[in-house]
Amino acid sequence: MLLEVKNLRTEFKLKRGTVRAVDDVSFTIDKGEILAIVGESGSGKSVTSLSLMGLIQKPGGVAGGEILFKSQDLSKLSQKELQEIRGNKISMIFQEPMTSLNPVWRIKDQIMENIMTHMKMSKKEALARTVEMLDTVGIPSPAERANDYPHQMSGGMRQRVMTAMALSCEPDLLIADEPTTALDVTIQAQILELLYQMREKFNMAVLLITHDLGVVYEAADRVIVMYCGKIVEEADVKTLFEQPQHPYTVGLLQSIPQIDNESDEHLFMIKGMVPNPLHMPPGCSFSDRCDRCMERCTKEMPELQEINGHKVRCFLYDKAEEGELSAK
Amino acid sequence: MAKDNSANSDENLMQAAEYVEKPESQLKEMWETLRQNKAAVVGLVIIALLALIAITVWISELIGIQILPYDPNYSDMTKSFIWPNAEHWFGTDQLGRDLFSRIIDGTKISLFVGVTAVAISLSIGVLLGSIAGYRGGKTDALIMRTMDVMLAIPSILLAIAFMAALGKGLDKAVIAIGLVSIPEYARIVRGSILSVKENDYVQAARVIGNGDSRIIFKHILPNIISLIVVRATLGISSAVLDTAALGFLGLGVQPPFAEWGDMLGRARGFIFTAPYTLIFPGIAITITVLAFNLFGDGLRDALDPKSRIK
Amino acid sequence: MNEVLMKVQDLSKYFTIDTDWRGKPVSVLKAVDEVSLTINKGEAFGLVGESGCGKTTLGKILVNLYSPTSGKIFFEGKELSALNKKQRRSYCKDIQMIFQDPYASLNPRMTVGDIIAEPIIINKLLPMSEVEERVIFLLNCVGLARHQRNRFPHEFSGGQRQRVGIARALAVEPKLIVCDEPVSALDVSIQAQVLNLLDDLKEEFKLTYLFIAHGLGVVKHISDRVGVMYLGKLVEIAPKKELYANPLNPYTQALLSAIPVINSEKKERIILKGDVPSPINPPAGCRFSSRCFKEFEPCKLNTPKLKEVSPGHWVACHLF
Repeated sequence: MLLEVKNLRTEFKLKRGTVRAVDDVSFTIDKGEILAIVGESGSGKSVTSLSLMGLIQKPGGVAGGEILFKSQDLSKLSQKELQEIRGNKISMIFQEPMTSLNPVWRIKDQIMENIMTHMKMSKKEALARTVEMLDTVGIPSPAERANDYPHQMSGGMRQRVMTAMALSCEPDLLIADEPTTALDVTIQAQILELLYQMREKFNMAVLLITHDLGVVYEAADRVIVMYCGKIVEEADVKTLFEQPQHPYTVGLLQSIPQIDNESDEHLFMIKGMVPNPLHMPPGCSFSDRCDRCMERCTKEMPELQEINGHKVRCFLYDKAEEGELSAK
Repeated sequence: MAKDNSANSDENLMQAAEYVEKPESQLKEMWETLRQNKAAVVGLVIIALLALIAITVWISELIGIQILPYDPNYSDMTKSFIWPNAEHWFGTDQLGRDLFSRIIDGTKISLFVGVTAVAISLSIGVLLGSIAGYRGGKTDALIMRTMDVMLAIPSILLAIAFMAALGKGLDKAVIAIGLVSIPEYARIVRGSILSVKENDYVQAARVIGNGDSRIIFKHILPNIISLIVVRATLGISSAVLDTAALGFLGLGVQPPFAEWGDMLGRARGFIFTAPYTLIFPGIAITITVLAFNLFGDGLRDALDPKSRIK
Repeated sequence: MNEVLMKVQDLSKYFTIDTDWRGKPVSVLKAVDEVSLTINKGEAFGLVGESGCGKTTLGKILVNLYSPTSGKIFFEGKELSALNKKQRRSYCKDIQMIFQDPYASLNPRMTVGDIIAEPIIINKLLPMSEVEERVIFLLNCVGLARHQRNRFPHEFSGGQRQRVGIARALAVEPKLIVCDEPVSALDVSIQAQVLNLLDDLKEEFKLTYLFIAHGLGVVKHISDRVGVMYLGKLVEIAPKKELYANPLNPYTQALLSAIPVINSEKKERIILKGDVPSPINPPAGCRFSSRCFKEFEPCKLNTPKLKEVSPGHWVACHLF
């Protein structure tokens, strides 16, 4: 087990109240595994990843829980110790390849700096490694392109550079926060393919944060669905897409217009919208949008229960008799 | 069917939201932020006091009641250069005039000059900047190059040049100061119009059939008004300073009327014998300028949604 | 059914990027390059392509936000591109637009009611006394409540703002609505709500849509016919079912294969090499030739023209 997150809570203390952006989230990632966290805006998926890296800004902060990375609790480390791990053992790629690179530095300087801070290498070795990494991520004529400035590259190229930079210290875990959202579909396919290859090559784990269920289906091994800061469902990719259990997951899957869908019927829709984080409905946070809402749902919050590796947070399913998830 | 569904849920949600909390208006939110900025509140209080003093003095003058301890323009050579004491709080100047009364009286002129000069530069500057930013092309180039030329000349020199053409006197000084700072407003307005113009809502306004002037006045200017207000507040302080400078050079208000810069200029010969004749007008100028600057800075922060406390 | 509402002939829009000292253009961006298409009354014509392919520019030409460099636009048989500025504006209200970013497309200083009333007032469609009633009617049409008209845009969520944008477009009773990526900025669960709403309104108000999007799933759901653009050129037009079942242009094939499909066998993807070239300096001949996996001799020499290969299915490719 590479990373184990236990009961992580991240809160933002605002003037009008405290927002619990990540609420009691626990999960694990194994070596070489791609775990996806999906959710809509406000689900807490990005805050989760930032909490792991110790990158939550004031007025927010990790309010509880443990983040065990190779059995070391990251939440107890100082910023300086975290710095050692960031970019080295754990690295991150962001949604916006346009703004994540410093526009006044050459590509090679940015990657070399990262290599030289974390690995004991001479300038010459670092340059050689930079070119090698650019080649690995599929940048044509890497030695020449290394001298480019970010604005001379396209969005897809920049995301490759970001990936090269993130991988340059051979991290054990790569956190990819919406890595393809800003890219066109044909480029998105390239980057997903690249992530796959890199996983094979370096046997690293990937935490993929995205809102796009299609991307999840293509890329992930295991999926966590988040809603309003809580995990509502967790399963391996095949199970989740074939037998989704939570009404939210079911609704999401049905509401996506698919290119293999031949009907002209109306799309299924989840009514309403994500509640204001300061005024959550009592009970289950999805209860006000759920079309299978029961009386109990508006009073208490269901627990996340696990049966055969499939976790779901919903009263429709009980840890029932046969030991199998079944709808009542 | 499906549509009704969503309409209902939205309505429920809105009602729920209303029940728990009324959304704050932008103005109120702004005020909240401003209130937390101590410096800005101090600035605002001083400005309010100055305004109150100026208005009281002006009204009392109009109806002929003397509320100042002495007539600010009455000179009595037998009483010249009295150091500050219980009778003359700030002392008297070379002509035996009571300095406290003159400084209080000067508030009226300084504030009048500041506000009027800004009004002049604001109206012309906003107009030119809007035209330049909205039309672009050759119009833009012509207006903005003219502004650049004006900016290239030191402002006080330019003001003196205008005064040379217009003649001496307070009203002329106000116009000169107003004209000199037109380019600043024109540039700010042009810049913000260029960025606001690209917003989809401006394009949307055109698609639904708005004409150019309506787009400028209804859709663009209201969205940059906050920037202009901030600049104007800071502009008042520099106008007060410029008036003082012109007064110091003897180009502003003509004797015997009290104006801080003019008082400073006339007292500079007595800096060693009667330093208080310089110190008090100096402090008056500093406090006024500082108050407008503090308030202007606070206003800018309050109007910038990014710095607003959530 | 097949009555032509809008016809676009060899429409081009070039942007001058750089001029020499005499003001002569030295580098030109061909955002839209000789595009021809027709939109029939009552249909939804989908336009897909990646960023920079010119689909939004084309939409903005149709609503008169840009004037075309060359080419003709016919609307209900009348040539719009030949009209002068004032006459052109009188057609404005027939062709409306819904914008992509619901956060940028509403004036933050106006209430929602004023935003929706404005087009009615400036086009003098109704006496002032009836405006409010009409605004409430429109709000209800898009699924908002009457009391919400006194609120400001920042009090609304993204999906609700997009509904306001739709109500504003409907206010002038347009015949054609250009929908420029109306759902791509919204969350998945909200996307479905807005798409369904657009579907309903199309029936209710007898609208015609030009639906611009990069999401092929969304376009498939809402459109009757689909056009595919690449670097300013239309490369394929076909009825929806035909295009998705039988894409002919290699670019369309790659585009379709790049989309992750849920619950299908993981298919062999066509991964295109390289990036979309800059539209300032596009490849010679067929613009897709630099990335095409079926590229052969003539591709680098001639630009292929749109040809009708089967009824209603047009493709621009040397393979056909």
